[in-house]
Amino acid sequence: MATELTDDLTMPVPGELAKAARRRRPMQSFDEPTGAGRLGRYALLCVVTFLVVFPIYTTVVAALKPGSEVLKNPLVPTTVTFDVLIEAWNEGRLGRYLFNSFVVAFIVTVFQVVTSVLAAYAFAILEFPGKRIAFLLFVATLLVPAEATLVVNLDTIDGLGWLNTYQGLAVPFLATAFGIFLLRQVFLTLPRDLRDAAAIDGVGHLGFLRHVAVPLVRPTIGALALFSFLGTWNQYLWPNLVINEADMNTVQSGLRLLSRSSLSQPNLVMAGTVIAAVPIFVALFVFQRQLVRGLTAGAVKG
Amino acid sequence: MLLPSAVILGVFVLYPLGRAVWLGQQRCDNFGNNCVSQGFGQYLDLFRSTEFQNALGVTIRFALITVPAGVILGVGLAVLADKYLRGIGVFRGIFSSTVATSVAVASLMWLFLLQPSVGALANIGWFNSLFPSVKSPGWLQDPDTALWAVSASSVWANLGFTFILVTAGLQSIPRDLHEAAAVDGAGGVRRFWSITVPMLGPTLLFVVIVSSTRAFQAYGEIDLLTGGGPQPTNPTTTIPYFIYGQNSPIRNDTGLQAGAAVLLFLLLLVLSGLQLAGVGRRVHYGD
Repeated sequence: MATELTDDLTMPVPGELAKAARRRRPMQSFDEPTGAGRLGRYALLCVVTFLVVFPIYTTVVAALKPGSEVLKNPLVPTTVTFDVLIEAWNEGRLGRYLFNSFVVAFIVTVFQVVTSVLAAYAFAILEFPGKRIAFLLFVATLLVPAEATLVVNLDTIDGLGWLNTYQGLAVPFLATAFGIFLLRQVFLTLPRDLRDAAAIDGVGHLGFLRHVAVPLVRPTIGALALFSFLGTWNQYLWPNLVINEADMNTVQSGLRLLSRSSLSQPNLVMAGTVIAAVPIFVALFVFQRQLVRGLTAGAVKG
Repeated sequence: MLLPSAVILGVFVLYPLGRAVWLGQQRCDNFGNNCVSQGFGQYLDLFRSTEFQNALGVTIRFALITVPAGVILGVGLAVLADKYLRGIGVFRGIFSSTVATSVAVASLMWLFLLQPSVGALANIGWFNSLFPSVKSPGWLQDPDTALWAVSASSVWANLGFTFILVTAGLQSIPRDLHEAAAVDGAGGVRRFWSITVPMLGPTLLFVVIVSSTRAFQAYGEIDLLTGGGPQPTNPTTTIPYFIYGQNSPIRNDTGLQAGAAVLLFLLLLVLSGLQLAGVGRRVHYGD
């Protein structure tokens, strides 16, 4: 889990990239291609685009075709129909799976943010005996891959009677050393005087946290929330282990189920894949801007 | 304030790790009960077993294919798109787009692409006559190509992530460097090797670390594309799939499962040890 989250650290910046490219324009003249070089560059970009998009394209084409035409000409949407998408939503239960994934990812995100804020604050601002050792122990959990703990966690969740429940899917991931570490780093940058002044005014730690510290590090919290959400949403192995009731599947384990049960209907499976993919494509498109705005604002502030 | 995190991390990370280390020296019956201690030599036996050695070899091969391929393609795309051109933002958006695919989504897309009977490639006439093996036996079904096909899917799925990282790395290179070199008469190729590559060092190292860790944790793409097969040689059974997969020979033996999980943990520990020794902290947090 830990590594998955760190992976996502730099995820959603394509919008920023485009913006940066525009900003750079005046300095760019010395390596701005002209004439034939420019045409060649465009041609190359188009070829590469074709290759990168190809798997997505064939998927969408298949999802829009009726079963009788899937095998004919996979590159051309000969007949376009939304029936298969509707079928995947209803009979493939994709709607239900999306709902489950959303609930679990939402719970995990909220808890990861809260637990990380609290622990990070303790490690950054408070003084207590054994702090250094405790911190090392927390950070050490980053080195433990989820695969190493799932055997026992499955036992624990089973013992609690939480198989096939939201608790079972969410509870093992309600805290993350990655989040604690990330937020501790930004809390450490807050001026000591801020806390001292608040203390003189009689503001307790929780009050200071809520009214001063958290608002100041909001961009980082936003980033953490996005990574938590995506990390949970994309989990594959854990839902497969914990869930065996059809209705409790997440999108990922639900897709697996769909692909196993409908191998003879590739268009149905592809329709399910499209439905599962669209929310995250949209979310990344929407949130990339907010996140980038937040991150750049944070950079200006401090 | 530490309590909530401490409880969760203690119960669901540290305790299971410790317990797995203990369970790893036990053998259990077919239902995962009546476990009997075998002594810690069992770890050695497990490590030496044909099945684990196969999984280890597959995992290493998978990493050796996907990591360099991912880095080269990611850098290639990023450099290609690192020019001021009208509409370059659109291309960048497209190149980043695979970051939005989960392992299940990406793998099913590739499953449909590569499936020998109903798949897309097999039903494109000219492609099929160019590469008859896509239909018979099928790239995922042929033991010689299965791991390559899974790797292709995996590299594609991670391409967006690599592209974004490398593009950010490229943009942090001061333009003056390129400009000065250009004034001195250095061409594009020369500038790529003398400026871009060295300046990208930390980014590339980070990409390598992340993608090799991912390679060692590969499960979803294996499960959906090959199920660890084709049988009987299991050329795509990675270590995680060996532990948790449907056809795993140790699926019902909690002791052996835990043992293999601990071995995987140790392997990743060695891997991160090498990374830390090689690069220090800067690379992890710089971008």
